[in-house]
Amino acid sequence: MRLVLKKQEDWLKKVEEISGQNVFACYQCGKCSAGCPMSAEMDLLPNQVIRLLQLGAVEPLLNCRTIWLCASCFTCTARCPKGVSLTRLMEGVRLAIFRTRKSDEISPKEMVKETLPQIALIGALRKLTA
Amino acid sequence: MRIGVFICHCGKNIAGVLDIKRLVEEAAKLKDVAYATDYVYLCSEPGQKEIQQKIKELELTHVVIAACSPKMHATTFARAVEEVGLNPYLLEIANIREQCSWVHHDAPEEATEKALEIIRAAVAKVSLAKPLAPITVPLTRKVLVIGGGIAGIQAALDIANGGFEVYLVERSPSLGGHMAQLSETFPTLDCSSCILTPRMVEVARHPNIHLFTYAEVKNVEGIVGQYKVTIEQKPRYVDPDKCTGCGDCAEACPVIVPNEFDQGLGARKAVYVPFPQAVPLVYTIDLEHCLNTKRLIVCEQCYHACGPKAINYLMEPKEIEIEVGAIVLATGYDLLPLEALKEYGGGIYPDVLSGLEFERLLSASGPTGGIVRRPSDGKIPKRVVFIQCAGSRDPEHGCPYCSKICCMYTAKHALLYKHAVPDGEAYVFYIDVRAAGKRYEEFVQRVMEEERIVYLRGKVSKVFQRKDKLVVWGVDTLSGMAVEIEADMVVLATAIVPSKNTADLAKLLKAPIDEFGFLNEVHPKLRPVESSAMGIYLAGAAQAPKDIPDTVSQASAAASKVLGLFSQEELSLEPIKAEVNLENCDGCAYCVDVCPFDAITLVVEEDGHKHVEVKKALCQGCGCCMATCPKEGINVAGFTLNQLKAQIHALLKEDEDD
Amino acid sequence: MEIAYFPGCTLKTTAKKLEDSALAVADALDINLKELPNWTCCGTVYSLAEDDLMRQVAPIRTLARTEALGYSTLTTLCSVCYNTLAQANLFVKADSIRLEKINNFMDEEPDYKGNVEVKHFLTILQELGTEKLKSAVKKDLSGLKVACYYGCLLLRPQSVGIDDCEQPYILENIMQALGTKPVFFPYQVECCGSYHTAVKPEIVARRVYRILENARENGANLVVTSCPLCYFNLKNRQKEIKKLYPGFKPMPIFYFTEIMTDAFGLTKTLENI
Repeated sequence: MRLVLKKQEDWLKKVEEISGQNVFACYQCGKCSAGCPMSAEMDLLPNQVIRLLQLGAVEPLLNCRTIWLCASCFTCTARCPKGVSLTRLMEGVRLAIFRTRKSDEISPKEMVKETLPQIALIGALRKLTA
Repeated sequence: MRIGVFICHCGKNIAGVLDIKRLVEEAAKLKDVAYATDYVYLCSEPGQKEIQQKIKELELTHVVIAACSPKMHATTFARAVEEVGLNPYLLEIANIREQCSWVHHDAPEEATEKALEIIRAAVAKVSLAKPLAPITVPLTRKVLVIGGGIAGIQAALDIANGGFEVYLVERSPSLGGHMAQLSETFPTLDCSSCILTPRMVEVARHPNIHLFTYAEVKNVEGIVGQYKVTIEQKPRYVDPDKCTGCGDCAEACPVIVPNEFDQGLGARKAVYVPFPQAVPLVYTIDLEHCLNTKRLIVCEQCYHACGPKAINYLMEPKEIEIEVGAIVLATGYDLLPLEALKEYGGGIYPDVLSGLEFERLLSASGPTGGIVRRPSDGKIPKRVVFIQCAGSRDPEHGCPYCSKICCMYTAKHALLYKHAVPDGEAYVFYIDVRAAGKRYEEFVQRVMEEERIVYLRGKVSKVFQRKDKLVVWGVDTLSGMAVEIEADMVVLATAIVPSKNTADLAKLLKAPIDEFGFLNEVHPKLRPVESSAMGIYLAGAAQAPKDIPDTVSQASAAASKVLGLFSQEELSLEPIKAEVNLENCDGCAYCVDVCPFDAITLVVEEDGHKHVEVKKALCQGCGCCMATCPKEGINVAGFTLNQLKAQIHALLKEDEDD
Repeated sequence: MEIAYFPGCTLKTTAKKLEDSALAVADALDINLKELPNWTCCGTVYSLAEDDLMRQVAPIRTLARTEALGYSTLTTLCSVCYNTLAQANLFVKADSIRLEKINNFMDEEPDYKGNVEVKHFLTILQELGTEKLKSAVKKDLSGLKVACYYGCLLLRPQSVGIDDCEQPYILENIMQALGTKPVFFPYQVECCGSYHTAVKPEIVARRVYRILENARENGANLVVTSCPLCYFNLKNRQKEIKKLYPGFKPMPIFYFTEIMTDAFGLTKTLENI
């Protein structure tokens, strides 16, 4: 199946507006993916997420697990040679999805039933719910 | 006075924004303008012929050309009007492109008004212009080449073979530069020393070349044609006329220090030659590490070991003054220090090396005799990872540019490694492979196909040590997989940066450098070997990263510019120089200190009357003196105070009689 | 000089040990910490959206109140709070329009003018100097080989990082001044998995396993950290690790301040190591 390329202005614009980053500054070197602590768990690599944004391929992005597994650890941002903040771009994609579909990624039912430090609860709910 | 105004369309560049018709109409109405017209491309041959014809036909006395920046075609138009007998300094260029149509393309009406003002100001200025003649200054037809690497060597040989004297100054004890450190050169795999040393010997033997090694340029005064240069010959503490290069002194010396030539991987004594094929083959005592100091001699081992009695602890630095007409800067490059690449463990793990360090390991005359060994434990590495773009193409590390040679030398390293360790594995991490030179692409394909080396497209994020292996975390974006490699050795293709003295020398010579410290050329496409400081020419990696073929080409190009300069016996300089108005100047001498070129001196006459005097050869026409003088006592010819006042009045639309 | 101290939610409950030991340390070193009255949640996790100013209100309110009370420095112990407050501070200082909008929204609070500096407690200790730390040491802890785990939010992004994000030394310097032997291990700046612990503890278990094994490989007999979330992940997830890797031996985890109180002779937490 071929990916039909067309300008996905709205989506890309929304993500760039939320994140304040220019996706075309990424030259796909992959250093982010190489250092990402969660890459072993992800289906798409972080640099592939940016690639899909560059190509305007929205569907694969909506269905991937990668953006939900991101831990916002900033390793990618610290290492990117072009100074692109992938952490912000990932957040941008997550928020763009939330603002359109308006439903959560996780629910409190799925959370572990043990005494967690509050920041774990707040962090998970902040990042993974609308 | 009959002024002619010629307005250029410059295709759509000017005509696409400005209302040319209106400009022509208004220009024709200006005072003393006898003729105004427009043309599509004034710089073209028919355009220039048009100007020449009208000058002759209408007996025009002054000309204004409203077109692009004078930086583009001032010389072209000056020559054109001169051909028909009009003094070129009665020509004024009004820039209505860079300073008008190009920057105001979205406001055509206002831009046209602005263009009108610019033309009006040019007309006002040229109406007060006086004819000027070029100044001739003496030309010392000798050249100074700074830097004894392949660029400096090639430039020196070309100029010397052209029949002129060359002073070649090299900072280290020997000629050769980085090329001497290489094992083999791509794509031919020629032994680097074998192709370089004959050139080095030619330089040493050439009757027209005065070679100064272990010397530095300390001071430069003057301008093109008459530079006065002070060279400091650092003391070797070894008499070059007596030293035979036998090496007995080094055998006897008790001090062992890391060898710079081997990038710190090998050792040398405090009395040393950097490498066995050094030119000149004269030993040098490195006073910093020698047990002796300038005043205290405690160790005389080398002195006693030396047969010809060439050791002389009492040598002092010597200053040598020379006069040259041109200078070639060939100061070369350095590599980005490994410590800058912290995520790769640069400077921390001994088995993480730079390209030059690996080159020394491969070299038969290197610290390991050509056997690739790990610096940490001397074992032969069975798995080597090469990381390209280590610092290059990386704005966050301060080098957004591509260093040009790394893709090629990494391929070469991988191939030579496989030849040295046939059962070894080599991996290359790359973002792109840049192999644009002659037979370069074929070389890289050979490395991939015949040597079966795995090229992984992706950048490495981290390198760290686990037991005695280096763990490399990288990615292969082509297959979409994050990868981990347990390597024995990691080689980083670090970014090329200008060599560390380039900035100081550039400042001394007033040669501009760019934001990375590379020497700036006048025009990157059309004038790549000239610095905007007249008389200074550029060659080699000091101007931008480049490989050996391009370096040699550029060096020969710089040499040809010098030979062109030397084709005349005198040098003709533009007469845009300061002129003292003896009626107004009272010798207050405020201008003397502000002159950046020290071209003004105070003269006291016999009757006590004071005034200043300008050395035309040194004057660059910058105008600082004119701006400082409170008495209108000094003017820059071609840009006098009255002319500038007239321009301002014209811009403000005031009556020209004011 | 009084420094405003912002505890954050976790330090009063699940991470009480960190607060107790840190306050004891401050006391021993004459650092004058004053807890902010009526503090509220810092607004964690730092919001990465440039267009959503609502999420910046919580941290800015904290900073505004700090400024109004006359403090120029705000310190915190939790890495996550530090990161949130510091990044929010930079965000509003970069653009005065954002600051104005937030100030206008918080019309019941004093306006924040951008004059508060957020400093992590470790920076304050670093500024105090190793000599002062050495002079307070009363117990010999030279048998401890300490692996200093930084985690993510103390060092990244570099605009708010308290030390170099690839080769930090701040914790090692303090540990060395206390007389212990800090051990360098390459995983010290690798993420522990953070908030995924609430939903997918196996991911965290796999990450923490690699971190702790790496520390052990490099000779550590205990690991210190500054972040309550890292502490939880490194310590409490060890039971999940044991399920996945049965041969795993437990690794003691402490807050860096607990080592300090032991070194100053105030506590005996490390007796069994």
